[in-house]
Amino acid sequence: MTSEIGTLLTLAGYFALLSLFAIGGANAALPEMHRLAVDVMHWMSERQFADMFAIAQVTPGPNVIVVTLIGYHVAGLAGALVATLAMCGPTCVFAFFIGRVWDRFKDAPWRMAIQAGLVPVSIGLIGASAAVVARATAQSALAVAVTAVTAVVTYNFKLNPLWIFAGAALLGLGGLI
Amino acid sequence: MSDTTPIPLQPTPIVPKPVPKPLELCVAFSLISLYGFGGVLYWSRRMMVDERKWMTAEEFNEAYALCNFLPGPNIVNFSVVFGRQVRGTLGALVALLGLLGPPFLVVTLLSLLYAHYGEIAAVQRVLAGVAAAAAGLTISATLKMAGPLLRERPGFAHVVAAAAFLTVGVLSWPLYWVLGVLIPGSIAVAWWMRQ
Repeated sequence: MTSEIGTLLTLAGYFALLSLFAIGGANAALPEMHRLAVDVMHWMSERQFADMFAIAQVTPGPNVIVVTLIGYHVAGLAGALVATLAMCGPTCVFAFFIGRVWDRFKDAPWRMAIQAGLVPVSIGLIGASAAVVARATAQSALAVAVTAVTAVVTYNFKLNPLWIFAGAALLGLGGLI
Repeated sequence: MSDTTPIPLQPTPIVPKPVPKPLELCVAFSLISLYGFGGVLYWSRRMMVDERKWMTAEEFNEAYALCNFLPGPNIVNFSVVFGRQVRGTLGALVALLGLLGPPFLVVTLLSLLYAHYGEIAAVQRVLAGVAAAAAGLTISATLKMAGPLLRERPGFAHVVAAAAFLTVGVLSWPLYWVLGVLIPGSIAVAWWMRQ
């Protein structure tokens, strides 16, 4: 029992801290989630992490929902709730209060400097998460090919990604990936 | 609404915008969440600006810029900022509940199924396929985001983006160490360049 509470506290503290460093959205925090869940805490294997990322992507709604899956895997329903609240709570409180005073600082030079400084950081982090998930999912040559084709197609054409997911699922089911 | 206000701080809209009731807020954000497959931004703009007309396009852009600037999940921040604007604390809470409630239920159900059937070979093969495609989607999203930066003349921003990518994505350094150096450095240079 105590170890269960300990696990929940670890989840809570960890995701609450992580949320404050998610510059550019939840996906920017994926590499750190991967590092903790797979490399440091050994909560799951590389493949399981890739599975959770896949499930989160096919679930409608914000990408942040991947933390719910990680939380569930680690500590069941309580873990899912704790991880989700911890990942959203601190930044929501932040958003609540900043939203109030934001207009006042609309043209403040420090605000523009912060914004200009954060944009390249968030682009680099999103790129890092692409690298991490591409590595985690590259379990065969065909998987790498699916990743590459999806990247090229969705970059160049406006296509509902559901079709691509359906196609990739069929390829996988056929034992080709 | 009288016209005798001495100094109008902002131009008054000709048609007053409808103010959503708490339940309407909750429903709207649930719909955004449920439609919002592969990009919640598109659906939130469509809902807020085009369908319900709760915000003008400019207001939406400003609110969204704020939510990009705040740490954490952008759309989650957006629900809190908008909910608070129109209905105070209750508004922020119901908007958040609307946004996160449905996907939380769906994903919990999927987790349960995964815990039972995740090790079945067929399920694993399907997930491997979907995960590979999802990784490709993340790569194309990154390229789209980086587009404006890549078209700029190479400068400090490129160094910062490359450093974040290499240290976190390739070398797997802890995020906190990297950001502890990169964020203050990047902001300081951005500040200095403005002068």
